[in-house]
Amino acid sequence: MRTDQVPQDKSTTYAGHKKLLYAQDESGRYCGVQSSGWAVEAAATLDAVALYRERARQAWQEVHAGRKSPLYFHMHHCRMDLVLLSQLTGLWRWRVKRHFAPRVFARLSPAILARYAQAMDVSPAQLTQLPEQRP
Amino acid sequence: MNFQHRQSAHCESGVISSLLSHQGLSISEPMAFGLANALAFAYIPIVKIGGQPLVAYRLPPRAIIKGLCKRLGVGVKFHTFKSPMDAAEALDDCVARGQLVGLQTSVYYLPYFPEQMRFHFNAHNLLVYGKRDGVYQISDPVFEELMEIAPRDLNKARFVRGPLAPKGLMYTIDSVPSEIDYPRLIRQAIGKNMKVMTGAPLPVIGVRGIRHMAKKIEHLRGSEQDKRLYLGHIVRMQEEIGTGGAGFRFVYASFLQEAAQMLNDNALAEASQAMTDVGDLWREFAVAVVKECKSDRPIDRAGLAERLRVSAAAEAGVWDQLKRWHRG
Repeated sequence: MRTDQVPQDKSTTYAGHKKLLYAQDESGRYCGVQSSGWAVEAAATLDAVALYRERARQAWQEVHAGRKSPLYFHMHHCRMDLVLLSQLTGLWRWRVKRHFAPRVFARLSPAILARYAQAMDVSPAQLTQLPEQRP
Repeated sequence: MNFQHRQSAHCESGVISSLLSHQGLSISEPMAFGLANALAFAYIPIVKIGGQPLVAYRLPPRAIIKGLCKRLGVGVKFHTFKSPMDAAEALDDCVARGQLVGLQTSVYYLPYFPEQMRFHFNAHNLLVYGKRDGVYQISDPVFEELMEIAPRDLNKARFVRGPLAPKGLMYTIDSVPSEIDYPRLIRQAIGKNMKVMTGAPLPVIGVRGIRHMAKKIEHLRGSEQDKRLYLGHIVRMQEEIGTGGAGFRFVYASFLQEAAQMLNDNALAEASQAMTDVGDLWREFAVAVVKECKSDRPIDRAGLAERLRVSAAAEAGVWDQLKRWHRG
């Protein structure tokens, strides 16, 4: 890649930051060049962000309808899945899955709730609630 | 502290080159990357990232720092902790002593990261160079400017569980050698890297790994949506912060160029040019994938696989060139 080929697409995913890439100048010497974004990379990133958002929206609906506990929504809202949440909290997968049931979730001990809250970086009180607005 | 922040392409090679340069052993990021024989390729289906296989374009986290320090004979101290309290105390001690400290953190819990880049990735490296008004002063190698972070957020980012859990990992440099035998070390590092890329006993590593991924793409099943997710994932693993497949090829090409100048060796300069071409092929691959994902037509799997095979062949060519150099 030549220095003048380094993409400068001002991607929103970089939020105004710049990334360093190595490229060759006219004489073929390598040097570091800042890039403000690349449309190709941004497309893939935004696809992933959109996917997580869609999952959170679906989860919100499920919880709103009373089929799932708020934990299910917060998990998706934090861009996690069952496997990751189980790894982050150190709880077995089947236990986490069980806590998706509203009745089981309502009886959770403060200790377990705190573990989820810590993994998701929210307060335990927030965890038991569903935001009013669908994300 | 009189500390010079340098932006770099990759967090781990950037952190270690800053750390060493701060200790008086001036080393560029590409040189650090190359001497750690860090270039690789691995397609690992049993490690899932967001439900998709792990595709790595360099050695696993920590391998760059460990490998480089071992090769150079640098004394580096690694510390992991059980309790976040101890970890925070140890960090404060080092900072109070005026030491430059490297940390492993999770991207998701670093507030200064752009919202859309905050995915769950546990092996991001950064440097702490001071503490002012109760806030840590951070030099994050992938950002152009210096950052600050509250102790609560930093502690959180250091103690995430899950895959590649940092366990509060903190590292400092004890001693640096006064003299380095670059010709010998460069030869060693290239020889080792050659083994990783062409001689691994598993079909999912090195050049064979690239061909393996081509085959996977060719035989991709499931709905169009699933295929798109899978291909998009490959591009993200290739280009986003912290990974950068094509980016790593350029870093390595830059290392080969630096080595060629240092040793006054034309064969290495040629290899550098060839590696640059490989990087360009990877970028073209990313462009092609995103184009396919965006169009309404069914995805041209064979075409994408073919492109990957071209990359694999080009990469194999570079290593052949280097093999001849290494032997001669």
